[in-house]
Amino acid sequence: MKTMSNTDQNDNPDLFLPKEQKPAIDLKGSVFTLTVLRLQSNDLADVERELEERLALGPRFFEDAPIVVDVEILKDQALEVDFPALVEVLRKLRLVPVGLRHGSHDHQKAALGAGFALMKGGVIKDLPSVTQPAPKAEKPAKPKKPPPPPPTAETAESTDVKAKATKVIYQPIRSGQQIYARGGDLIVMAAVNAGAEIVADGNIHIYAPLRGRALAGVTGDTKARIFCQHMDAELVAIAGHYRVFEDQVPPEYQSKAVQFYLDDEQLNISLLA
Amino acid sequence: MAKVIVVTSGKGGVGKTTTCANIATGLAQREKKTVVIDFDIGLRNLDLVMGCERRVVYDFVNVLQGEASLKQALIRDKRSDNLYVLPASQTRDKDALTQEGVGKVLDELKESFDFIVCDSPAGIERGAVMALYYADEAVVVTNPEVSSVRDSDRILGILAAKSRRAEQGEEEPIKEHLLITRYSPRRVSIGEMLSISDVQELLGIPLIGVIPESESVLQASNSGIPVIHNEKSISGQAYTDVVARFLGENKPMRFVDEEKKSLLSRLFGT
Repeated sequence: MKTMSNTDQNDNPDLFLPKEQKPAIDLKGSVFTLTVLRLQSNDLADVERELEERLALGPRFFEDAPIVVDVEILKDQALEVDFPALVEVLRKLRLVPVGLRHGSHDHQKAALGAGFALMKGGVIKDLPSVTQPAPKAEKPAKPKKPPPPPPTAETAESTDVKAKATKVIYQPIRSGQQIYARGGDLIVMAAVNAGAEIVADGNIHIYAPLRGRALAGVTGDTKARIFCQHMDAELVAIAGHYRVFEDQVPPEYQSKAVQFYLDDEQLNISLLA
Repeated sequence: MAKVIVVTSGKGGVGKTTTCANIATGLAQREKKTVVIDFDIGLRNLDLVMGCERRVVYDFVNVLQGEASLKQALIRDKRSDNLYVLPASQTRDKDALTQEGVGKVLDELKESFDFIVCDSPAGIERGAVMALYYADEAVVVTNPEVSSVRDSDRILGILAAKSRRAEQGEEEPIKEHLLITRYSPRRVSIGEMLSISDVQELLGIPLIGVIPESESVLQASNSGIPVIHNEKSISGQAYTDVVARFLGENKPMRFVDEEKKSLLSRLFGT
């Protein structure tokens, strides 16, 4: 939509500087949040159907999201997995498979062949000093760029938004509209009206009345916060912990500038001085 | 260049058709060549409010489907030479409206009219989207109550996302105007109704007028003579002001404060 604007952040600004003494690459370790898909069946038709249902609940939240496939349960049952077919299923649902976790030796071999990286546990390790374009066995977890998603009309947009892009909205968000800031913060400079929904992977700032719903940290960031200048929300959520203001906002916060944050799985609200 | 105006609201029964009839009549009174189109296929009302229901031979759908020419379908208003009505079909369903077909009809009308006023059906379905798709300006009709405001908010979202101007993104977005109808200062003062400032704050678009609640509007609709013809009616005067503001004149808002009724007027109930 043309009312939105992203602050595009370039990953490698150095690359565009004059050649001279600039190294061609810069290798850094980095930490990513990835979604893990735990397979409990090797029947891909079942997997596809259930996954589709699940994705329908939060349309677009997972669009082009990198996915790590966990096959521990299948390994225990000594079930095989058709990895190339799995890749197709995931791509079809607009997920980007990047890695495999907990596979048997056969699983790992097949997955490598299908372009998966092998991830170790859930622990994040430092990047080795050398990266190989082809995945190597027992490669430590992460930073591997997800393979480019299949070329679709929206590919350009999704790669833009991937960095810590902040989305800024200058126009009122009206009933029935939904705005999602993928991978970053959302700043809204106009009213979020009743029946509208704003969603961000990061923090949300609203410099106007919040009368609709605001969900921050939807991909699990418990440190995300929501700030608003004029609290009148219907619902507020951070990393899945939500609070509904069924009848009314408590009078001490009504129409006030407030912030929301998670403290020990508890969603707190406090006045901004 | 002809201007396409959509009168829309989301919610039904708020006064879209009445407003359409009055704005179109008002523009014609100001010597603007005006045509008003009923997009409410299957529930046609505009012809009744305009008092031309007995003269409908061909309708909008006939024109869209090439069964009649525009010339045959347009009905000239009895009271004004500058005003024409293009009635909806009562028998077809709204699938007859295609984006391409509507665009063609509007293009043809643009050649001979200054203003094309589109009467949107209620809701946010095809008919409503077709009515607003080609609009240059929109009059969003809202009653001072929460459900109407909510639906207006929704339709404003659709104007900003699904209209031609929004989709092509080359021209300015649709110019939006808020029109509050059925306003009763007395009921606002006792807290039964939202105030003008409440509605304005919630919707955040400029106000083009406030039409006070009045029996003369109902009488006018029933008799097929738009209330703007009735110079004694405060609602009629309010519509005259709306048209003037629409044409760029600066008119203060009237009939928005509670009147202290004199004993005589209370006795006679005028």
